[in-house]
Amino acid sequence: MILTRCWSSLGAGLRTQSSSIDIAEERFTRNYQHIVRAEGVSLSYGNVRALSGIDLAVGRNEIVGLIGDNGAGKSTLIKLLTGVVRPTSGRLFVRDRAVDWARYSVHEAHRLRFETVYQEKSLGDKQPLWRNIFVGRQITNRFGFIKVAEERRIANDLLLRKLGFRGVGIDADSAVVKLSGGERQGVAIGRAMHFDADLIVLDEPTVALAIGEVRKVLDFVRSIKESGRACIYIEHNLAHVHELADRLVVLDRGHLVADIKAGEISLNDLTKFLLDLQHRPPATAAVG
Amino acid sequence: MMESVVQPRQVAKPSRSWHKAAHIEGLPIIVVLLLLVGLFMAAAPGVFLRWPIYLSFLTTVPPMLVLAVGLTMVVAAGEIDLSFPSVLAFSGFLFAWAVGATGNAWLGLLLALAGGAFVGFTNGVLIAVVGVPSIITTIGTQFFWAGVASILSGGMSDALQQLASGSLYAVFAAPLFGVIPMQAVWAVGLTILMWFILNRHRFGEHVLFIGDNRNVAKVVGINITRETVKLFTLMGLLGGFASVLLTLENLNYFSTQGQGYLLPALAGVFIGGTSVFGGTATMVGTFFGTFIIGMLEAGIVATGIAGFWVQAIEGVVFVVAVILHLVVESPAKLRAFAGMTGRWHRTAPPKPEIDGSRS
Repeated sequence: MILTRCWSSLGAGLRTQSSSIDIAEERFTRNYQHIVRAEGVSLSYGNVRALSGIDLAVGRNEIVGLIGDNGAGKSTLIKLLTGVVRPTSGRLFVRDRAVDWARYSVHEAHRLRFETVYQEKSLGDKQPLWRNIFVGRQITNRFGFIKVAEERRIANDLLLRKLGFRGVGIDADSAVVKLSGGERQGVAIGRAMHFDADLIVLDEPTVALAIGEVRKVLDFVRSIKESGRACIYIEHNLAHVHELADRLVVLDRGHLVADIKAGEISLNDLTKFLLDLQHRPPATAAVG
Repeated sequence: MMESVVQPRQVAKPSRSWHKAAHIEGLPIIVVLLLLVGLFMAAAPGVFLRWPIYLSFLTTVPPMLVLAVGLTMVVAAGEIDLSFPSVLAFSGFLFAWAVGATGNAWLGLLLALAGGAFVGFTNGVLIAVVGVPSIITTIGTQFFWAGVASILSGGMSDALQQLASGSLYAVFAAPLFGVIPMQAVWAVGLTILMWFILNRHRFGEHVLFIGDNRNVAKVVGINITRETVKLFTLMGLLGGFASVLLTLENLNYFSTQGQGYLLPALAGVFIGGTSVFGGTATMVGTFFGTFIIGMLEAGIVATGIAGFWVQAIEGVVFVVAVILHLVVESPAKLRAFAGMTGRWHRTAPPKPEIDGSRS
């Protein structure tokens, strides 16, 4: 119903936006092969090795499905790619250019037009939606005071016009705590859309959602592809990720154990592969 | 086929006027303040129907108000600072020392502010960089800086009568137009500034998100470490300023001058409606809450009730005010309470499970 409108208009918004922005920002339109590429990235927390020598490249218009059991390192890997955490070693390239870890942060990732939608920790519960949409990159005057009227206006435009929240009584001043799981996801994805990302990272976007809403998220992932963007998609449901992704990357206890083109493996074989993984010993002795 | 889960809400909404009233910042506490003043006027008309008592509040409350607006920011971030009484002592000492040594009260002000900021900065580093929880850090630094102030001052007090004729006194403590104490003007101005910092500045928004949910704050790109250090430095700076207001008003420094401020200043924040859980805060509430705390004792004594009733009554006012905030913020709580006692069964239907309220 409402969300049908919401998601489909999201997709439409993405498609129309891409063309105009590409002309406007030449900096990001130069030719590159990979929107993001990690080389030999490792991360340890004390003695625990969360990631071991990961090589991963995401093409500029590719949907990469990231799969693996709980604790395989999926979330850690995307946190690393989006500037939330720094690796112990390894290199990162964005649009084929090396990134200096010391200067890489969430802020920098935003500037490079990476957006992340987390399953449930994307929004501050007690804050109104206008704050949630702009936090971290507020519209301010030169003394750092927020231009509330402007943020509110843009937020309302996004929520009411683009996301179709008018019917459910949600506007820029609503607190997140009043929203359902699907509505939260809509806002988080809407935020990614507003800032016009080239890479959208979705961390289990469908976990808290009802079946009807899941369909809409999947449609949205398709629209990312159609609009020429890239996407890293973490998903537990193998059928969904197998259906959508161009490429499947499997992590197991911090190691990248498979990197498969979607067409080259059937859903059954993929399921069997993942089940077998659980009975195998850790990939190397370095783990733990 | 399953349909969308976004159904029009069936949860009964409270009436619109109730909703609007709840959105006036600090309204419950303003009502409590007016009620109390009304009570005091009725019980002690000789005192509360005449203006000198109110002018006296305008000289006694400002140091506490300056502390409370800083604490409001700290609590909004989900942190706590218990070390500010020692900043009153330590910065007060620096001020008194500079005045005694150089005769320059403005230098004393600068030194007091710098000393307070330094204490706050070290608090911030211990909390945000080293990772010691703020309640533990500031219990420790509270002892430490109180001790330092005692050692440096030798436990002595320091009469500073010479300040009364100086320019610093004229700016920060003398009555404006011969009526309104300047410290009240400064404290009110500071409260307004801090309202804008909290509600309209990038820094305030970061503080609110840190208090709301640290994980969210992190993934939206807030530098939690830096903002926390800034926050505690600001608190220390305000503590330093409060110490100067206090010392100027007393024209006397004593090394225990911070004692007795800890709980009243915190009470002012919480009575005002700021949540101890962080993520929401109200400067307006803190403003009126601090005045309630500041006038309760004088008010109770003026009504002729014996002095040992003061604390018990303060306790009752505190609890009633906090409950009032809860009721205004979420009327559902009142219904839940009514349901508990079995008198009212028209409780709202349970919220759907898809609420995602697991975090």
